[in-house]
Order: sequence, then structure tokens, then C-alpha cells
Amino acid sequence: MIQELVAASPVLIDGAWGTELHARGLAAGAIGDLWNLSHPDRVEAVARAYVDAGSRIILTNTFRANRVALLRHAGGERVADINRAGVEISRRAATGRALVFASIGPSGKLLAAGEIDVPSLEAAFAEQARALADAGANGLVVETMTDLVEARIAVEAALATGLPVVACMVFDSGKNRDRTMMGIGPEHAAVALAAAGAHVIGANCGIGVDAAVPICAALASATERPIWIKPNAGLPELVEGRLTYRMKPEAFAAFLPGLTAAGARFIGGCCGTSPRFVEALRERLACQ
Amino acid sequence: MDLLLVKQRVVAGDAQGTAAGVREALAEHVAAETILQSALIPGMEEVGDLFGRGEYFVPELLFAARAMSAALEVLRPLLAVSGYEPAGKVVMGTVQGDLHDIGKKLVAIVLAGSGFDVVDLGSDVAPDRFVESVKQSGARLVGLSSLLTTTLPAMEATVRALRAARPAGEVHIMVGGAPVTDAFAQRIGADGYGADASSAVALARQLLGLPART
Repeated sequence: MIQELVAASPVLIDGAWGTELHARGLAAGAIGDLWNLSHPDRVEAVARAYVDAGSRIILTNTFRANRVALLRHAGGERVADINRAGVEISRRAATGRALVFASIGPSGKLLAAGEIDVPSLEAAFAEQARALADAGANGLVVETMTDLVEARIAVEAALATGLPVVACMVFDSGKNRDRTMMGIGPEHAAVALAAAGAHVIGANCGIGVDAAVPICAALASATERPIWIKPNAGLPELVEGRLTYRMKPEAFAAFLPGLTAAGARFIGGCCGTSPRFVEALRERLACQ
Repeated sequence: MDLLLVKQRVVAGDAQGTAAGVREALAEHVAAETILQSALIPGMEEVGDLFGRGEYFVPELLFAARAMSAALEVLRPLLAVSGYEPAGKVVMGTVQGDLHDIGKKLVAIVLAGSGFDVVDLGSDVAPDRFVESVKQSGARLVGLSSLLTTTLPAMEATVRALRAARPAGEVHIMVGGAPVTDAFAQRIGADGYGADASSAVALARQLLGLPART
């Protein structure tokens, strides 16, 4: 499946989900993943907006839906239910027009600081990956990772389902803002994640679409695997007392040729992007 | 035992070497407080600076914190006897609705390493819990973190709750986190904004009226 997608690349992915859920009434600070059970219609509206905008792959509202990150907010069988519902919602919105790659985000705990141990992470990611696969996801996306050990654990759990696996990290730290918080550079990440068996390697979130171009090139220089890029629309700025991502969809989409030249095969957006950004990417693609 | 060498071992994150160096210095009758003030704290402050400049990453910071705590284990009984007072007590937490724990924890590690007594309330902390903790601990400084634009209103609510519970000047509030800016800090009535762990330490010293370290 990945080879077929790459043959027709660049493949448009989706953009941010959190801000779209907030626009539909999710309370500030509430856990959006819980809406898969309580407000599935509103989550589906977000998924559908991305499909309508031209996303050929959409993700799922399950970024935080691992047992460790949901702690205190959902436990027991609800964890699997949230994941299953997340895939079902995205599949309903996709209805054959797009593929559904389900999102697996980090635990939020630091292995290196002893806040969590390896067996707990293995169990949490295995449970989530299994629930996502059972519900019919077409692929799994391990994203926003900063720690290579945790990323590898999640990738292994995802691979065990037999689905194609995308593995992405966030490169936003260090003096050149091109390493993960744990100090991992893109070349190192690409080699390690490919060795772990991920089918697609990438970067998401970060400090902006401009910074994503050299990061994409560095990833591509270190692996033969196709590259997946979902950058932020720059960094937020304070505008009249409100934090705003000022970058416009067209300005974001202007980086599409640069990203594809740097080796990106799958392109979407992260924080600060919306269905309008995917539309702008699609328009830009049409001109090429 | 050269205290500069002990400091370098903290910076290098060498826990065993740091503890051994501390024991050696004590055997040579260097006062526990001198070791703390001249080797350990300057070491952690350098680590905070290296982290702030992007030279160090989280693992190096954690190793240094481990070296610091190995040294403190040796020194703590002696410091207690000598009546040593920590630089000040700080209550730290990520505001309500925000589950991000890591950034705040890193600031707490560097503050503790710089001689502050830190009460870390964790993440998703309600305004009432901050107020309760300040009352219980007698802390004169509170550090609030928010990593989400959507939880910035909770930061404002926490500042309001703390101001309502304690007269101005009695408790200082510093804020930080990715979406937080100096202008935002001023607007919500916080006493200061720290962009990273080492500027949070400088800010904490300034707010509590402690001399700046060079």
C-alpha cells in the first residue's frame, strides 16, 4: 500500500485536530479523545472537513488515547473503546475517499527520568495499537515522539498488528532547533526508526514549515524509506491578547515544492493548520 | 579536593564521581555548605545555562540532577545540623486542564539544583490546589506552567485565585511554557516570565530578593 501511495506522491495528509475540536465547542483543557465517545458527530465533522479539503490520508482523534496519557481521565475498557470509536469515526468520514491512518502519540512520561518503565509503555502501546487495528485502520502513525526508546516501543507495538507504520518525531530543540527534546537529530532518528521497522519515517509539529525543509532533507539523506512531514504553521504569536498562528494557508502551501524537493512523499500540517491549509496544498499541487 | 573538579563532575553528570568528591572534600574539613554553594549549585546553574543555550538536552540535565542528588544525600545530614536554609520554597505546577508535565519538571529540577526547596504539584493542577499548597508550605513563590494556548485562561484564573488568597507582595508568581510570553505574563498580573529553566532560576532569585549569582 505504501509503495502505491508513494508512486502517486506527494500524498496529502490532514492538519490539526485539536483546534478544530475547540472550534466545535471542546472546552479549553479538556481531553479531545474523550469526544470519540461523547460527541462522535463533532469529531466526524472534523474528519470530513479534511477529506472534503483533499486529504488522501486522514488520521484519527486518538493522539492521547494510550492508557498512560489518559490516566485519571479514562481507564479500564474505555481506553480501547476510545480508540475503536476514533477509527470508526474517521472511517465513516473517509468512506472510500481517503485512507485512515490511526494516531498514536507519546505517553507524556519520561523513561529517562524513571517516571515510567518499559513494560508499562509496551503494554500501553500494544493495547492501543491492537484496538486501532481491530477497528479497521489502514495504517498506524506513531507521532510527536521525542525519545527514541519510547518511539521504538510504540513502533514495535504498531508493527505487531501487521499494518503499515509511520514513525515521526518532533525536532524543535537544541541551538539549531533541529533535534528532539532528548537530543536526537533527524539522521539518527531516521536510521534508528528504519531499523526498528517503520515503513515511513517523518517529522511532525516543530517550529514551522520553513524549518521542516532542512529537517526533511536530513531525514531523506539517512534513509531510503519514504518521508512524512506534518509541520506547524510557524510559532504562535500574541495578537491583541490572544495567541494566534499568523501564517496563512497560501504561505504554508508555498513550501510544498521545497518539501517535495527535499524528499517529502506525504505532506500535511500540525498545530495552527486547518482544512483550509489542506485546500491550499491541493491547489498548489494542481498547479505543479 | 578541588571544588572546581566537583563542579565539573556535576556538569558532566557523573553521580559516583560527584559523591566521591564531596566525601573527599568533607574529609579535608571543607564545610558542607561551602561544597553546596561553591561546587554543586554553580554546577547545576551551568547545566541550566547549557540547557537554555541548546547545548545540553534532557538526558544531560537528568544525569546532572542525579549527580546533584547523590551529592546531597551525603551532605543533607550535615546541612541539617549546621542549620542551613534553602534559597527559598517554590510551589510548581502545570495549570488545570494541561497534562504537560515535562517542561515544568525540568524547571523544577534546575531550581532544586540551584538550592531552592521545590514542591512539585505535577500537572493539571486546579487553582485551589495551588492556594492550598502555598498555605501549607508557606512558600513565597509559585511557578505556573502551561503548554497549551487553550489552558492559558486557567493560568490567569490561578493567578487570580492566588492573589485573592494572599495579599500582593506576599506571594510572587512566575509563569512559563511554550505559548506564554512576557506580555501575557504582565497582562494576567504575574510577577515575571521565564523563557527557560535558567532564566526561571534568575527570576526566582530576583523575585525573592536574593542576590544574583555571577
